[in-house]
Amino acid sequence: MATPTLDKEDAKPEAGFADTPYITVTFRIRRFNPEVSADATWEDFQFEIDPKERVLDGLHKIKWDLDGSLTFRRSCAHGICGSDAMRINGKNRLACKTLIKDINPAKPITVEPIKGLTVLKDLVVDMDPFFQAYRDVMPFLVTTGNEPTRERLQSAEDRERFDDTTKCILCAACTSSCPVFWNDGQYFGPAAIVNAHRFIFDSRDEAGEQRLEILNDKDGVWRCRTTFNCTDACPRGIEVTKAIQEVKRALITRRF
Amino acid sequence: MSTDTTVEKSGGSGIGPVEGASLYDADNPAPLIEAPRKRTTKTPRATRGNFEMAAWLFMRLSGVVLVVLVITHLLIQLVLDGGVSKIGFAFVAGRWASPFWQVWDLLMLWLAMLHGANGLRTVINDYAERPNTRLWLKGLLYTATVFTILLGTLVIFTFDPNIR
Repeated sequence: MATPTLDKEDAKPEAGFADTPYITVTFRIRRFNPEVSADATWEDFQFEIDPKERVLDGLHKIKWDLDGSLTFRRSCAHGICGSDAMRINGKNRLACKTLIKDINPAKPITVEPIKGLTVLKDLVVDMDPFFQAYRDVMPFLVTTGNEPTRERLQSAEDRERFDDTTKCILCAACTSSCPVFWNDGQYFGPAAIVNAHRFIFDSRDEAGEQRLEILNDKDGVWRCRTTFNCTDACPRGIEVTKAIQEVKRALITRRF
Repeated sequence: MSTDTTVEKSGGSGIGPVEGASLYDADNPAPLIEAPRKRTTKTPRATRGNFEMAAWLFMRLSGVVLVVLVITHLLIQLVLDGGVSKIGFAFVAGRWASPFWQVWDLLMLWLAMLHGANGLRTVINDYAERPNTRLWLKGLLYTATVFTILLGTLVIFTFDPNIR
Protein backbone atom coordinates (compact mmCIF):
# COMPACT_ATOMS: atom_id res chain seq x y z
CA MET A 1 0.00 0.00 0.00
CA ALA A 2 2.80 2.41 -0.73
CA THR A 3 0.62 5.21 -1.90
CA PRO A 4 1.88 7.85 -4.30
CA THR A 5 1.01 10.43 -1.71
CA LEU A 6 3.47 8.96 0.74
CA ASP A 7 6.16 8.85 -1.91
CA LYS A 8 5.69 12.48 -2.71
CA GLU A 9 5.92 13.47 0.93
CA ASP A 10 9.21 11.63 1.15
CA ALA A 11 10.52 13.16 -2.04
CA LYS A 12 9.76 16.74 -1.08
CA PRO A 13 12.57 17.37 1.43
CA GLU A 14 15.04 15.44 -0.73
CA ALA A 15 14.66 17.80 -3.65
CA GLY A 16 16.44 20.43 -1.58
CA PHE A 17 13.86 23.07 -2.35
CA ALA A 18 12.57 25.38 0.30
CA ASP A 19 8.95 24.58 1.06
CA THR A 20 7.89 27.94 -0.20
CA PRO A 21 9.41 30.73 -2.23
CA TYR A 22 8.17 33.20 0.34
CA ILE A 23 10.50 35.11 2.63
CA THR A 24 9.71 37.42 5.48
CA VAL A 25 10.43 41.06 4.75
CA THR A 26 10.09 44.21 6.78
CA PHE A 27 8.81 47.35 5.12
CA ARG A 28 9.70 50.48 7.07
CA ILE A 29 7.30 53.10 5.79
CA ARG A 30 7.26 56.83 6.44
CA ARG A 31 3.72 57.49 7.60
CA PHE A 32 2.14 60.92 7.77
CA ASN A 33 -1.48 61.70 8.40
CA PRO A 34 -2.18 65.37 9.08
CA GLU A 35 -5.56 64.51 10.55
CA VAL A 36 -3.93 62.48 13.29
CA SER A 37 -0.54 64.01 13.93
CA ALA A 38 1.60 66.79 12.54
CA ASP A 39 4.64 64.56 12.71
CA ALA A 40 5.70 61.91 10.25
CA THR A 41 6.74 58.61 11.81
CA TRP A 42 8.29 55.35 10.68
CA GLU A 43 6.08 52.30 10.83
CA ASP A 44 7.26 48.72 10.30
CA PHE A 45 5.23 46.08 8.54
CA GLN A 46 6.35 42.48 8.48
CA PHE A 47 4.88 39.98 6.05
CA GLU A 48 5.76 37.11 3.78
CA ILE A 49 6.29 37.73 0.12
CA ASP A 50 7.95 36.17 -2.87
CA PRO A 51 11.23 38.05 -3.36
CA LYS A 52 10.58 38.06 -7.10
CA GLU A 53 7.63 40.35 -6.47
CA ARG A 54 7.96 44.12 -6.65
CA VAL A 55 7.94 46.68 -3.89
CA LEU A 56 4.55 47.79 -5.16
CA ASP A 57 3.19 44.30 -4.52
CA GLY A 58 4.46 44.61 -0.96
CA LEU A 59 2.66 47.95 -0.58
CA HIS A 60 -0.49 46.38 -1.99
CA LYS A 61 -0.19 43.55 0.51
CA ILE A 62 0.03 46.06 3.33
CA LYS A 63 -2.85 48.14 2.06
CA TRP A 64 -5.12 45.21 1.25
CA ASP A 65 -4.31 42.84 4.12
CA LEU A 66 -2.58 44.68 6.95
CA ASP A 67 -3.44 48.39 7.11
CA GLY A 68 -5.95 49.88 4.71
CA SER A 69 -5.04 53.43 5.72
CA LEU A 70 -1.69 53.29 3.91
CA THR A 71 -1.88 55.81 1.09
CA PHE A 72 0.18 55.85 -2.07
CA ARG A 73 -0.25 56.60 -5.75
CA ARG A 74 -0.12 53.99 -8.44
CA SER A 75 -1.98 53.64 -11.65
CA CYS A 76 -0.72 51.31 -14.35
CA ALA A 77 1.70 49.45 -12.04
CA HIS A 78 3.93 48.68 -15.02
CA GLY A 79 6.43 51.53 -15.13
CA ILE A 80 4.66 53.68 -17.70
CA CYS A 81 2.31 56.05 -15.90
CA GLY A 82 4.94 57.38 -13.50
CA SER A 83 2.61 57.57 -10.50
CA ASP A 84 4.52 55.56 -7.95
CA ALA A 85 7.92 57.20 -7.75
CA MET A 86 9.08 56.92 -4.15
CA ARG A 87 12.25 56.87 -2.14
CA ILE A 88 13.06 53.21 -1.58
CA ASN A 89 16.11 52.45 0.56
CA GLY A 90 17.17 56.07 0.15
CA LYS A 91 17.00 56.10 -3.63
CA ASN A 92 14.25 57.40 -5.87
CA ARG A 93 12.70 54.55 -7.83
CA LEU A 94 9.41 53.37 -9.21
CA ALA A 95 7.89 50.90 -6.76
CA CYS A 96 6.47 48.97 -9.71
CA LYS A 97 9.89 48.44 -11.29
CA THR A 98 11.85 47.50 -8.18
CA LEU A 99 12.06 43.81 -7.34
CA ILE A 100 12.31 42.99 -3.66
CA LYS A 101 15.22 40.61 -4.26
CA ASP A 102 17.23 43.46 -5.77
CA ILE A 103 17.19 45.69 -2.71
CA ASN A 104 18.48 43.39 0.05
CA PRO A 105 15.30 42.08 1.71
CA ALA A 106 17.36 40.80 4.66
CA LYS A 107 17.27 44.32 6.08
CA PRO A 108 14.19 46.48 6.54
CA ILE A 109 13.22 48.13 3.27
CA THR A 110 12.58 51.83 3.82
CA VAL A 111 9.89 53.49 1.76
CA GLU A 112 9.49 57.27 1.90
CA PRO A 113 7.71 59.87 -0.20
CA ILE A 114 9.90 61.67 -2.74
CA LYS A 115 11.65 64.70 -1.28
CA GLY A 116 11.27 68.39 -2.01
CA LEU A 117 7.50 68.32 -2.49
CA THR A 118 4.90 68.77 0.23
CA VAL A 119 3.72 65.48 1.66
CA LEU A 120 -0.07 65.29 1.72
CA LYS A 121 -0.43 61.85 3.27
CA ASP A 122 1.93 58.91 3.68
CA LEU A 123 3.60 58.50 0.27
CA VAL A 124 1.43 61.00 -1.60
CA VAL A 125 3.02 64.36 -2.36
CA ASP A 126 1.68 67.55 -3.90
CA MET A 127 2.90 67.43 -7.50
CA ASP A 128 1.66 70.93 -8.43
CA PRO A 129 5.07 72.69 -8.26
CA PHE A 130 6.52 69.92 -10.40
CA PHE A 131 3.86 70.22 -13.08
CA GLN A 132 3.96 74.02 -12.90
CA ALA A 133 7.61 73.88 -13.93
CA TYR A 134 6.67 71.40 -16.67
CA ARG A 135 3.93 73.67 -18.01
CA ASP A 136 6.30 76.64 -17.94
CA VAL A 137 8.62 75.19 -20.58
CA MET A 138 5.78 74.90 -23.13
CA PRO A 139 5.89 71.13 -23.61
CA PHE A 140 3.97 71.10 -26.89
CA LEU A 141 4.74 71.52 -30.56
CA VAL A 142 4.79 75.14 -31.70
CA THR A 143 4.81 75.88 -35.41
CA THR A 144 3.99 78.71 -37.76
CA GLY A 145 2.61 78.71 -41.28
CA ASN A 146 0.09 76.41 -42.83
CA GLU A 147 -0.53 73.02 -41.43
CA PRO A 148 0.61 70.28 -43.77
CA THR A 149 -2.19 68.12 -45.13
CA ARG A 150 -0.43 65.00 -43.88
CA GLU A 151 2.20 64.36 -41.21
CA ARG A 152 5.19 66.60 -40.54
CA LEU A 153 8.12 64.72 -42.00
CA GLN A 154 11.36 64.30 -40.11
CA SER A 155 14.51 62.42 -40.98
CA ALA A 156 15.67 59.54 -38.81
CA GLU A 157 18.75 61.54 -37.78
CA ASP A 158 16.65 64.53 -36.73
CA ARG A 159 14.45 62.23 -34.69
CA GLU A 160 17.47 60.58 -33.10
CA ARG A 161 18.68 63.96 -31.83
CA PHE A 162 16.08 64.11 -29.06
CA ASP A 163 15.16 60.43 -28.82
CA ASP A 164 16.49 60.03 -25.28
CA THR A 165 14.33 62.79 -23.81
CA THR A 166 11.10 61.50 -25.37
CA LYS A 167 11.18 58.63 -22.87
CA CYS A 168 10.23 60.79 -19.88
CA ILE A 169 7.13 59.62 -17.99
CA LEU A 170 6.99 62.62 -15.60
CA CYS A 171 7.35 60.51 -12.47
CA ALA A 172 9.37 63.27 -10.71
CA ALA A 173 12.05 60.83 -9.57
CA CYS A 174 14.75 63.07 -11.06
CA THR A 175 13.42 66.42 -9.90
CA SER A 176 12.84 65.17 -6.36
CA SER A 177 16.36 63.73 -6.20
CA CYS A 178 17.93 67.08 -7.10
CA PRO A 179 19.54 68.85 -4.11
CA VAL A 180 19.04 72.23 -5.78
CA PHE A 181 15.31 71.54 -6.09
CA TRP A 182 15.18 70.48 -2.42
CA ASN A 183 16.33 73.92 -1.36
CA ASP A 184 13.37 76.10 -2.24
CA GLY A 185 11.51 74.28 -5.01
CA GLN A 186 11.94 77.22 -7.38
CA TYR A 187 14.48 75.56 -9.67
CA PHE A 188 12.80 74.28 -12.85
CA GLY A 189 14.13 70.82 -12.08
CA PRO A 190 15.56 68.13 -14.35
CA ALA A 191 12.20 66.84 -15.60
CA ALA A 192 11.07 70.21 -16.95
CA ILE A 193 14.44 70.74 -18.65
CA VAL A 194 14.32 67.25 -20.16
CA ASN A 195 10.90 68.00 -21.63
CA ALA A 196 12.10 71.36 -22.93
CA HIS A 197 15.08 69.56 -24.49
CA ARG A 198 12.66 67.23 -26.26
CA PHE A 199 11.19 70.19 -28.17
CA ILE A 200 14.22 72.48 -28.37
CA PHE A 201 16.06 69.84 -30.40
CA ASP A 202 13.03 68.79 -32.44
CA SER A 203 13.56 69.95 -36.03
CA ARG A 204 9.79 70.39 -36.52
CA ASP A 205 9.38 72.79 -33.62
CA GLU A 206 9.84 76.55 -33.96
CA ALA A 207 9.73 77.80 -30.37
CA GLY A 208 13.15 76.53 -29.33
CA GLU A 209 14.44 80.05 -28.86
CA GLN A 210 11.51 80.91 -26.59
CA ARG A 211 12.10 77.83 -24.47
CA LEU A 212 15.80 78.56 -24.23
CA GLU A 213 14.91 82.05 -23.03
CA ILE A 214 12.62 80.56 -20.36
CA LEU A 215 15.38 78.24 -19.18
CA ASN A 216 17.85 81.13 -19.14
CA ASP A 217 15.97 82.31 -16.07
CA LYS A 218 17.56 82.77 -12.65
CA ASP A 219 16.05 79.41 -11.65
CA GLY A 220 16.72 77.81 -15.01
CA VAL A 221 19.50 75.56 -16.25
CA TRP A 222 22.27 77.62 -14.66
CA ARG A 223 21.33 76.32 -11.23
CA CYS A 224 22.27 72.80 -12.28
CA ARG A 225 25.36 71.69 -10.36
CA THR A 226 25.84 68.46 -12.35
CA THR A 227 25.55 66.20 -9.31
CA PHE A 228 24.09 63.48 -11.58
CA ASN A 229 21.45 62.54 -8.97
CA CYS A 230 18.82 62.88 -11.70
CA THR A 231 20.59 60.55 -14.10
CA ASP A 232 20.96 57.96 -11.33
CA ALA A 233 17.31 58.29 -10.33
CA CYS A 234 15.68 58.14 -13.75
CA PRO A 235 13.74 54.86 -14.02
CA ARG A 236 13.73 55.22 -17.81
CA GLY A 237 17.49 55.51 -18.07
CA ILE A 238 17.40 58.98 -19.61
CA GLU A 239 20.75 60.74 -19.49
CA VAL A 240 19.19 63.69 -17.72
CA THR A 241 22.32 65.60 -16.79
CA LYS A 242 23.59 65.30 -20.35
CA ALA A 243 20.33 66.78 -21.63
CA ILE A 244 20.65 69.70 -19.22
CA GLN A 245 24.21 70.31 -20.36
CA GLU A 246 23.08 70.25 -23.98
CA VAL A 247 20.54 72.95 -23.20
CA LYS A 248 23.28 75.01 -21.54
CA ARG A 249 25.50 74.57 -24.57
CA ALA A 250 22.68 75.56 -26.89
CA LEU A 251 22.10 78.69 -24.81
CA ILE A 252 25.74 79.67 -25.21
CA THR A 253 26.42 78.59 -28.77
CA ARG A 254 23.16 79.77 -30.28
CA ARG A 255 23.78 83.27 -29.01
CA PHE A 256 27.45 83.93 -29.50
CA MET B 1 -19.60 75.10 5.26
CA SER B 2 -15.91 74.76 4.86
CA THR B 3 -15.29 77.18 7.72
CA ASP B 4 -17.31 74.96 10.01
CA THR B 5 -15.16 71.99 9.12
CA THR B 6 -12.02 74.00 9.71
CA VAL B 7 -12.99 75.02 13.20
CA GLU B 8 -14.07 71.55 14.09
CA LYS B 9 -10.98 69.90 12.69
CA SER B 10 -8.41 72.23 14.15
CA GLY B 11 -10.14 72.11 17.52
CA GLY B 12 -10.63 68.40 17.74
CA SER B 13 -7.66 66.76 16.11
CA GLY B 14 -5.00 68.32 18.29
CA ILE B 15 -2.72 69.29 15.42
CA GLY B 16 -0.13 71.75 16.52
CA PRO B 17 1.25 74.52 14.35
CA VAL B 18 4.00 73.37 12.04
CA GLU B 19 6.19 75.59 9.88
CA GLY B 20 4.60 78.85 10.84
CA ALA B 21 1.25 79.35 12.44
CA SER B 22 -1.03 77.57 10.04
CA LEU B 23 -3.21 74.73 11.21
CA TYR B 24 -4.14 72.02 8.80
CA ASP B 25 -7.59 70.77 8.08
CA ALA B 26 -9.24 68.40 5.69
CA ASP B 27 -9.22 70.94 2.88
CA ASN B 28 -5.69 72.02 3.59
CA PRO B 29 -3.89 69.00 4.93
CA ALA B 30 -0.28 70.13 4.74
CA PRO B 31 1.93 73.19 4.48
CA LEU B 32 1.83 74.56 0.98
CA ILE B 33 4.84 75.24 -1.17
CA GLU B 34 4.14 78.20 -3.36
CA ALA B 35 3.97 76.93 -6.93
CA PRO B 36 7.07 78.11 -8.75
CA ARG B 37 6.61 81.07 -11.03
CA LYS B 38 2.95 81.25 -10.21
CA ARG B 39 1.63 83.87 -12.60
CA THR B 40 -1.11 86.18 -11.53
CA THR B 41 -2.15 89.50 -12.95
CA LYS B 42 -0.02 91.20 -10.31
CA THR B 43 3.16 89.24 -11.03
CA PRO B 44 5.68 91.49 -12.73
CA ARG B 45 7.25 90.11 -15.86
CA ALA B 46 10.22 88.01 -14.92
CA THR B 47 13.48 89.76 -15.51
CA ARG B 48 15.24 87.29 -17.72
CA GLY B 49 18.63 88.76 -17.02
CA ASN B 50 21.63 86.83 -18.17
CA PHE B 51 23.58 87.28 -14.97
CA GLU B 52 23.38 83.60 -14.09
CA MET B 53 24.66 82.65 -17.53
CA ALA B 54 27.47 85.20 -17.30
CA ALA B 55 28.39 83.85 -13.87
CA TRP B 56 28.36 80.30 -15.17
CA LEU B 57 30.55 81.18 -18.14
CA PHE B 58 32.89 83.20 -15.95
CA MET B 59 33.40 80.20 -13.67
CA ARG B 60 34.47 78.02 -16.61
CA LEU B 61 36.72 80.58 -18.28
CA SER B 62 38.34 81.92 -15.11
CA GLY B 63 38.85 78.32 -13.97
CA VAL B 64 40.86 77.50 -17.07
CA VAL B 65 42.97 80.65 -16.76
CA LEU B 66 43.48 80.11 -13.04
CA VAL B 67 44.86 76.62 -13.60
CA VAL B 68 47.74 78.13 -15.59
CA LEU B 69 48.20 81.14 -13.31
CA VAL B 70 48.10 79.26 -10.01
CA ILE B 71 50.20 76.27 -11.01
CA THR B 72 52.93 78.48 -12.41
CA HIS B 73 52.70 80.66 -9.31
CA LEU B 74 53.07 77.65 -7.03
CA LEU B 75 56.00 76.31 -9.07
CA ILE B 76 57.87 79.60 -8.89
CA GLN B 77 57.12 80.23 -5.24
CA LEU B 78 57.47 76.77 -3.76
CA VAL B 79 59.35 74.41 -6.03
CA LEU B 80 61.87 75.97 -8.41
CA ASP B 81 65.14 77.57 -7.36
CA GLY B 82 65.41 76.68 -3.69
CA GLY B 83 61.75 76.28 -2.91
CA VAL B 84 59.90 78.02 -0.14
CA SER B 85 63.04 78.97 1.80
CA LYS B 86 63.95 81.67 -0.72
CA ILE B 87 60.76 83.65 -0.20
CA GLY B 88 61.34 86.88 1.63
CA PHE B 89 60.78 90.57 1.27
CA ALA B 90 63.61 90.79 -1.24
CA PHE B 91 62.21 88.01 -3.37
CA VAL B 92 58.77 89.60 -3.57
CA ALA B 93 60.27 93.02 -4.22
CA GLY B 94 62.40 91.58 -6.99
CA ARG B 95 59.44 90.00 -8.72
CA TRP B 96 57.18 93.02 -8.43
CA ALA B 97 59.87 95.17 -10.00
CA SER B 98 58.66 93.68 -13.28
CA PRO B 99 55.27 94.85 -14.59
CA PHE B 100 54.75 91.36 -16.01
CA TRP B 101 54.57 89.77 -12.54
CA GLN B 102 52.52 92.69 -11.27
CA VAL B 103 49.91 92.05 -13.93
CA TRP B 104 50.17 88.31 -13.31
CA ASP B 105 49.50 88.66 -9.60
CA LEU B 106 46.78 91.24 -10.15
CA LEU B 107 45.01 88.93 -12.59
CA MET B 108 45.38 86.02 -10.22
CA LEU B 109 44.02 88.06 -7.32
CA TRP B 110 40.95 89.26 -9.19
CA LEU B 111 40.13 86.00 -10.90
CA ALA B 112 40.66 83.83 -7.83
CA MET B 113 38.65 86.14 -5.58
CA LEU B 114 35.75 86.49 -8.00
CA HIS B 115 35.82 82.79 -8.82
CA GLY B 116 35.77 81.84 -5.15
CA ALA B 117 33.17 84.45 -4.26
CA ASN B 118 30.87 83.33 -7.06
CA GLY B 119 31.29 79.73 -5.98
CA LEU B 120 30.36 80.61 -2.41
CA ARG B 121 27.45 82.67 -3.69
CA THR B 122 25.99 79.62 -5.38
CA VAL B 123 26.64 77.52 -2.28
CA ILE B 124 24.76 80.08 -0.18
CA ASN B 125 21.94 80.16 -2.73
CA ASP B 126 21.69 76.40 -2.62
CA TYR B 127 21.98 75.79 1.09
CA ALA B 128 20.74 78.85 3.00
CA GLU B 129 17.04 78.29 3.38
CA ARG B 130 15.77 81.50 4.91
CA PRO B 131 15.97 84.78 2.99
CA ASN B 132 17.50 86.53 6.00
CA THR B 133 20.28 83.99 6.36
CA ARG B 134 21.00 84.38 2.67
CA LEU B 135 21.09 88.14 2.93
CA TRP B 136 23.54 88.15 5.82
CA LEU B 137 25.81 85.44 4.48
CA LYS B 138 26.00 87.10 1.09
CA GLY B 139 26.56 90.50 2.68
CA LEU B 140 29.47 89.07 4.64
CA LEU B 141 30.81 87.35 1.55
CA TYR B 142 30.65 90.44 -0.66
CA THR B 143 32.20 92.64 2.02
CA ALA B 144 35.10 90.25 2.52
CA THR B 145 35.58 89.88 -1.23
CA VAL B 146 35.58 93.59 -1.98
CA PHE B 147 37.89 94.28 0.95
CA THR B 148 40.41 91.63 -0.09
CA ILE B 149 40.39 92.62 -3.75
CA LEU B 150 40.82 96.31 -2.99
CA LEU B 151 43.53 95.74 -0.39
CA GLY B 152 45.44 93.39 -2.68
CA THR B 153 45.17 95.74 -5.63
CA LEU B 154 46.32 98.65 -3.50
CA VAL B 155 49.38 96.71 -2.32
CA ILE B 156 50.34 95.61 -5.82
CA PHE B 157 50.15 99.15 -7.20
CA THR B 158 51.65 101.04 -4.27
CA PHE B 159 54.34 98.56 -3.27
CA ASP B 160 57.48 100.37 -2.24
CA PRO B 161 60.64 98.20 -2.21
CA ASN B 162 62.55 100.82 -0.21
CA ILE B 163 60.17 100.85 2.71
CA ARG B 164 61.90 100.87 6.09
